[in-house]
Amino acid sequence: MTGQAESQAWSSHEGAAALAAPVLAEKRRAFDWRVLLGFFLPILIALLWEAAVTFGVAQGRLVPPPSRILATLAALSETGELWTHVWATLWRILAGFAIGAAAGIVLGALSGANETIRRLLDPTLQALRAIPSIAWVPLFILWLGIFEASKVALIAVGVFFPVYLGIAGAILSVDRKLVEVGHVFRLSRTKLARRILLPAVLPEALIALRSGLGLGFMFVVAAEFMGASEGLGYLLVDGQQMGKPDQILAAIIAFALLGKIADSILVYSTKPLVRWQDTVRERL
Amino acid sequence: MLSLEHLSKTYADGTRALSDINLMVHEAEIVGLIGGSGCGKTTLLRLIAGLDRASAGAIRLDGETIDGPNPAVGIVFQEPRLLPWLSVFDNIAFGLDNVSSAERKARVGHALEKIGLAEHAKRWPRDLSGGQQQRVAIARAFVTNPKVLLLDEPFSALDAFTRASLHEHLLGLWEETRPTVVLVTHDVQEAVTLADRAIVMQPKPGRIFDELGLGLARPRDKAGLPFETSVRRVLTALDQSLNTPQKQPQRERDRQAAALWW
Ligand SMILES: Nc1ncnc2c1ncn2[C@@H]1O[C@H](COP(=O)(O)OP(=O)(O)OP(=O)(O)O)[C@@H](O)[C@H]1O
Ligand SMILES: [Mg+2]
Repeated sequence: MTGQAESQAWSSHEGAAALAAPVLAEKRRAFDWRVLLGFFLPILIALLWEAAVTFGVAQGRLVPPPSRILATLAALSETGELWTHVWATLWRILAGFAIGAAAGIVLGALSGANETIRRLLDPTLQALRAIPSIAWVPLFILWLGIFEASKVALIAVGVFFPVYLGIAGAILSVDRKLVEVGHVFRLSRTKLARRILLPAVLPEALIALRSGLGLGFMFVVAAEFMGASEGLGYLLVDGQQMGKPDQILAAIIAFALLGKIADSILVYSTKPLVRWQDTVRERL
Repeated sequence: MLSLEHLSKTYADGTRALSDINLMVHEAEIVGLIGGSGCGKTTLLRLIAGLDRASAGAIRLDGETIDGPNPAVGIVFQEPRLLPWLSVFDNIAFGLDNVSSAERKARVGHALEKIGLAEHAKRWPRDLSGGQQQRVAIARAFVTNPKVLLLDEPFSALDAFTRASLHEHLLGLWEETRPTVVLVTHDVQEAVTLADRAIVMQPKPGRIFDELGLGLARPRDKAGLPFETSVRRVLTALDQSLNTPQKQPQRERDRQAAALWW
């Protein structure tokens, strides 16, 4: 935000007030090279560790050097094994996220929009929320078996709560003054929902979906720990049992990349919807 | 003609915000409502706009009773209340739902010209100054061609320069369709600049204390003697309205308080 204010001040200093808008737009679009600064530290540490192992300062048995991790990743990817695991994990997250988010959106919207429903629903859901989700695992396994269904259910539970809370909270905090503008122009209930409530809750709803997706990634690991024959979580367990720290780290890196990519896709695909917002969101 | 008959409003907590308000506003008349804080000015506008229900009495517009939001009544709030996700153009067009898109374009385009924001049509509200936002809010109320336009201290958050130019914009828009206007203000100068008649209100319970016809020709010469005289008359009436209910010894203190207030 300061950056924007600065550039605004600059352009008016230059006396190019009329040109300010296009100049600003260009600056926003231009790539900010300072982003690369973020890569500096991890790369430096990686290189130092690599050097330490190469020159025999460290053994690198429990903490393998980057080159070995990359080689493991490459090998896994060459045999196609990596992609099987990535795909298995991704599929579980997407299925769980879809179910959890859909339920969270529907119940959150109902509970936010209607006082009676909120009084009926909210206490129960809040009580359920207090249960650590992992505690459901034994029950889900008994009910749904040890295969996909119980895993997807666990992820869905993890995704549900932040989405439910976010949506209900967003609806409850819609500015009464804007709703009144809708009344002044005599909008019907459905039009009020579409033209005022929906756009007003959208930014918070997207943040809720984002944290839901983040929790989905947390819970997929838990789900895959409870006995899976494929998936990145399985790679982790397998690496531990076989004493292959390079495989564990390779799986962790794959997780990080996958999570970041999924989050970025969510953020960028929804960006046009909330472009009107002040720029704070971009820094979240 | 807008007529308020024995209008009263008591809020659920027992606050008597308005008591027995009787007022007639003619077509194309601009009425300035003025009075101290808490004397029910906002309450009165909200009743006329149909955003609240009166406890007693009736509001009629050309004989038709108003008891809810009405297409013939537009309102501009104290804050701009623009929808942040709509462009300036779409904000102004917000009330033009059942109008063909060509006409919508023409009407909004014309309003944008009038308020001097034609080149800002595609910007977001967040990129406008406070005065520009308030102009957009006024245009949004005007484009639907209401018969009655209610303005609740629309300029109170702005500096004197911006305010003066907004008065021009407002009169410019008003000239075109000449709606009836009820303008709430804290500012005597503003009331005399814009209104044909000043209504002075008193609090606890909110009621009308005095009405003053201003009878000045338009455009008004703010440096002229008639203008000065009118300002002084309204100030005197306001002073009296603040003093009457109190006992004598409080008089001087109140006068000082009033002087500070304005
Ligand atoms: N929703 C409400 N519930 C209860 N009392 C209210 C409510 N709104 C306003 N009041 C009370 O009604 C009285 C009139 O309020 P109102 O907002 O109409 O005053 P006002 O003349 O617009 O004041 P100001 O110039 O400060 O805006 C005040 O005493 C206020 O406290
Ligand atoms: Mg008020």
